[in-house]
Amino acid sequence: MLTQTPSQTVGPFFYDALIALGKPFVPTLVRDGAQGQRILIVGTVLDGDGVPVPDAMIEIWQADTNGYHNHPADPNYAKADPNFSGLGRCDTVNEGCFEFQTVKPGRVEGQAPHVNVRVFSRGMLIHANTRMYFGDEAAANADDAVLSLVPMDRRDTLIATLLPSNGLPTYRFNLVLKGKGETVFFTP
Amino acid sequence: MTIKQLLSRINWKGQPKYLHPAYTSTLKRAPQQPLIPLPHTLSELTGPVYGTSDIGPLDHDLTRNAVRNGQPIGERIIVTGRVLDDSGSTVPNALLEVWQANACGRYIHKVDQHDAPLDPNFTGAGRVLTNAKGEYRFITIKPGAYPWRNHLNAWRPQHIHFSVFGANIMSRLVTQMYFPGDPLLALDPIYNSIDDEAARQRLISSYAHDVTQPEWALGYRFDIVLCGSKMTVFE
Repeated sequence: MLTQTPSQTVGPFFYDALIALGKPFVPTLVRDGAQGQRILIVGTVLDGDGVPVPDAMIEIWQADTNGYHNHPADPNYAKADPNFSGLGRCDTVNEGCFEFQTVKPGRVEGQAPHVNVRVFSRGMLIHANTRMYFGDEAAANADDAVLSLVPMDRRDTLIATLLPSNGLPTYRFNLVLKGKGETVFFTP
Repeated sequence: MTIKQLLSRINWKGQPKYLHPAYTSTLKRAPQQPLIPLPHTLSELTGPVYGTSDIGPLDHDLTRNAVRNGQPIGERIIVTGRVLDDSGSTVPNALLEVWQANACGRYIHKVDQHDAPLDPNFTGAGRVLTNAKGEYRFITIKPGAYPWRNHLNAWRPQHIHFSVFGANIMSRLVTQMYFPGDPLLALDPIYNSIDDEAARQRLISSYAHDVTQPEWALGYRFDIVLCGSKMTVFE
């Protein structure tokens, strides 16, 4: 095997290249005609002192409403929603907050609906990798093979809360990089 | 017996740890709890697919993509290389995003307060896609070193930031490319966050005279090796 190129921090100065240039790297995963229940995912990135991190970048990757991915490794590639991108990216310039417009994903290989989440920031030499599950899917979450790998007392860090809302269903998912309530991170 | 596709994983021997106290910003941002090994489901075996329609015609040329009233100041360079996975296979259609300081060591970013001039004809941001043979090539200005406040008299070595999307989401990489012979490398806590010498060397580009174009620009070669190569497992 070849030696892999190591990770280095994204640093503080990525905004003009990774955010401002826009498409295809935007926080909206849906186009007109996208199938499924549209939702918002909102959250704040917090450091070890509980202070919001205003220079992080969050990327999400998820299946469409039917649990299909627009990628050839998915046996249902041909059936994936052409109006759904699967990948979203958002900065946290606004006091550590991020917001994605997406759809609630379908089940993938029997897993509970989930969104893959990556955190990049100054002070992180390698990105952090986690998953967001949905608070209103308690039965599916209880059977999920990946959640079952997580110590019971830390699982709640992976479960987004459905907020009261008059508009789109909105889920809150905070990311705590360190310390009390530290989000469960998986191998990147 | 079933046949299962898996992906090669990150080799921690050649990666930085989250906590590296010499880089002081890691102190408040490094997760402390043990990482949980993530099984490879279709959520991990897939990832975004990009193509030429995602790239603009001048995205690969940082000496032209932000021109307002002239050419950017500095040493014009060509950076080229291949994106491979760790099995040695080339990765076509990998999307690379690059960003960097200008020749004076100043980023366009508004938070950068280094007392060095901005260049009105240079934003230091670009994108490039690998071709069918996994090769990429972009044109830019050699970035300057710049000071940061990590410790007294701290200077970052000259570098170009890279963000890479490979064949699946588990091969996602953000890294930095350095230049050969830079005396600041030995003093840089970010570069030295990697213990393994062979892995560290992966971050240093090489001068490539065959890439250099006469009367025009010097060439540097920088190959990128991603994890996430396909492994077939028989169970």
